[in-house]
Amino acid sequence: MKKKHWYDYLWIWSIIYFALGFFNILFAWLGLIDFILPLVLAIFGGNKFFCNHLCGRSQLFTVLGKNLKCSRNKPTPKWMSSKWFRYGFLIFFLTMFASMLYQTYLVFGGAGSLKEAVKLFWSIKVPWGWAYTVRPASDWVAQFAFGFYSLMLTSALIGLIVMVLFKPRSWCSFCPMGSMTQLICKFKQRGGSPEISEE
Amino acid sequence: MASKRFAKADRRRCVSCGACENECPKDAVKVWRGCYAVVNEARCVGCGKCEKVCPAGCIEMRLREDGESAK
Repeated sequence: MKKKHWYDYLWIWSIIYFALGFFNILFAWLGLIDFILPLVLAIFGGNKFFCNHLCGRSQLFTVLGKNLKCSRNKPTPKWMSSKWFRYGFLIFFLTMFASMLYQTYLVFGGAGSLKEAVKLFWSIKVPWGWAYTVRPASDWVAQFAFGFYSLMLTSALIGLIVMVLFKPRSWCSFCPMGSMTQLICKFKQRGGSPEISEE
Repeated sequence: MASKRFAKADRRRCVSCGACENECPKDAVKVWRGCYAVVNEARCVGCGKCEKVCPAGCIEMRLREDGESAK
């Protein structure tokens, strides 16, 4: 039996994060930790410690898919972990992220109005105004929260679907953050290999 | 005594998610500097847990004697 660490329970944080978004959308900002921390660890540490140990989402998929047997545990289709799909999805994901930032910028500049909705799968608008009744922040702060929560919820739903259909952590095979941090690590280790390191 | 089988990770297809590292009961699999999984063949007991959990299907079990696939 492997020794458990405090970070083995971060799947609980993942549940709390999505639950908080139902009460006050501004909590969506906390999701930036999942965006910034993996990049910091990859750029400065040259590792994927976040994916390997700190990712609450992948832990949640393991708990649901493996422990609670919600996964069919079938092999993930090979194209899902192919380079063209992984990097294609990364580009698509970053484009959608940039679009979300642009929407926030429009609201910030007064050219656009706050849209109190969560967009699922980048197309289905779900009214979410009940999570933003008290307005303590500027409209652009709320706009970013709605947009960011949409991104987080959409990717979590995709992850849950592939978890049920294939292996618990099938999402990891094309997770944009995972692809991006692996690219950074490979760039940092270019020309190196475990065999050279051991010498 | 070494086991008959051992795990081998395909470095080109590995997504370095670390699922194998977390699953391995013998700490025989490690993600090397965020790039890909590397199996310590001497430590590997050939249980196949890493192969089962790998979302990218890049780990396969091989026979120690002749290096052929155990499947």
